Amino acid sequence: MKAIEIKNLTVHYSDGTESLRNITLEIQANAINVLFGPAGGGKSTLLRTLNRLNDLADVTHLEGQVLLDGENILDPMADVIALRRQVGMVFARPVVLPFSIRQNLTYGLELAGETRKSALHEAVERSLQQAALWDEVKDRLDDPAVALSGGQQQRLCLARVLALQPEVILLDEPTSGLDPLSTGKVEESLQKLKEEYTIVLVPHSVQQAARTADYAAFFLQGELVEYGIGNQIFTHPVNQQTEDYVTGRFG
Amino acid sequence: MKTSQNLSSRLLSQRIGFSVLTGMTLLTVIPVVLTIVYIVIQGAPAVSWEFITAMPYDGMRAGGIWPAIVGTFYLTLGTALFAVPVGIGAAIYLAEYAPDNRATRLIRLAIINLAGIPSVVYGLFGLGLFVLFLRLGTSILAGSLTLAIMTLPIIISTAEEALRSVPQPFRVVSISLGGTRWQTIRKIVLPQALPGILTGVILGLGRAAGETAPILFTVAAFFLPSLPNSPLDATMALPYHLFVISTQVPGMPIEIQYGTALVLVAFVLIMNLIAAAIRSRARARRQW
Repeated sequence: MKAIEIKNLTVHYSDGTESLRNITLEIQANAINVLFGPAGGGKSTLLRTLNRLNDLADVTHLEGQVLLDGENILDPMADVIALRRQVGMVFARPVVLPFSIRQNLTYGLELAGETRKSALHEAVERSLQQAALWDEVKDRLDDPAVALSGGQQQRLCLARVLALQPEVILLDEPTSGLDPLSTGKVEESLQKLKEEYTIVLVPHSVQQAARTADYAAFFLQGELVEYGIGNQIFTHPVNQQTEDYVTGRFG
Repeated sequence: MKTSQNLSSRLLSQRIGFSVLTGMTLLTVIPVVLTIVYIVIQGAPAVSWEFITAMPYDGMRAGGIWPAIVGTFYLTLGTALFAVPVGIGAAIYLAEYAPDNRATRLIRLAIINLAGIPSVVYGLFGLGLFVLFLRLGTSILAGSLTLAIMTLPIIISTAEEALRSVPQPFRVVSISLGGTRWQTIRKIVLPQALPGILTGVILGLGRAAGETAPILFTVAAFFLPSLPNSPLDATMALPYHLFVISTQVPGMPIEIQYGTALVLVAFVLIMNLIAAAIRSRARARRQW
């Protein structure tokens, strides 16, 4: 089942960096959708379009449609705040807010007006469980979040998104700064999370792409080269460029 | 050997260079220390509980400086009341909202120039606008407004700097979690920037407390035997009082002059120390 439908999406930045040209793509629900390819291909741009974080950047040209639950989220009249609660984002570098672990998790809910202690507490425990961090931090929820290790911080960032119970989780090279052990934990969490959520992942390596992808899309210089079921893309790509990239001939 | 000669001459010139730089640094410290030591030595004998809390009498040649202390306190408070909200508001606008265009650059230029205007010009401006045109008379209100305008550039530029130093990723994360721009500012940016903002506020107010020229035409009284009752009253103030007793009153005992200077310097110094304490405390607690 498709969760998001991207139709003829074109994005240009004012400084002429990474852009997207006429992308049409379906993001599948309850699956890990991997966007991969060399740097500058437009993967991050696409991610940031899916929750309108691109609004903060200097976008000069935006064209096409992104349909979520049948509604075009690029519509200027769309409720961006509600969209961002529905489509959460985990960034490459873990950025914990300068609060306690607990406050990091309740921040988004409090912004949305949630004040009930029980609801906040429930969200803290549930999200930490889902991000496989609960056992490590349950006794020190009120400690500053910066005291956590890099891997724990990134799982906290994932939990912070999960606390809002979004539909879609976007991850932009979430494990690029992590050790293999932490990377494994994050990937393991994602495998469980896809049962409930739609996941869009920009991996930090082809290997990670191949390990995690249920569906994969290969981006090259702003264009979608090939899209399909993960296994097929990485074992029998149709396109020559895709094959060259996944076999390590360039990139 | 030629090379070792080269080496030793290079070492020598390096040592000379260091000495010169050290000397220059010391040169900046010496006047401060000397001024303070001199004022303390000359003024300390005059400073007593009575000196601080009593009214002046005998043409200000005896008694205390209480009305001037009260006046400076009110003026500082009044300045804060106007300059702090306006200054912080402007800084938030400039740091968080202002687009980078010609209008914004013009505003920045105006603020920088505001900081460069001689303080006596502020005094004249205050006289024209607040005292005469707005008919506030020579009053604490007029003086505070004048001092507030003078203080604004300091508060705006330090507050803007403090806001800008809050890491950008915090804002992006907050917005990605469904925060509005204002929620992000209120819940993350402002609290994180607050120590820096406070430091600028206190430094600015410390300067305002010590200024003479801006209050000269707008509020300061030569001699008032009573304390002000309302913001529309004139008042004595420490810097102007010091000017008066140093130049306008014949037969003035020198300890009273230095005693007054000591109280004024202590007032400003204490404010600066508070600012320094806030800054170092915040730096120790900062999580980024």
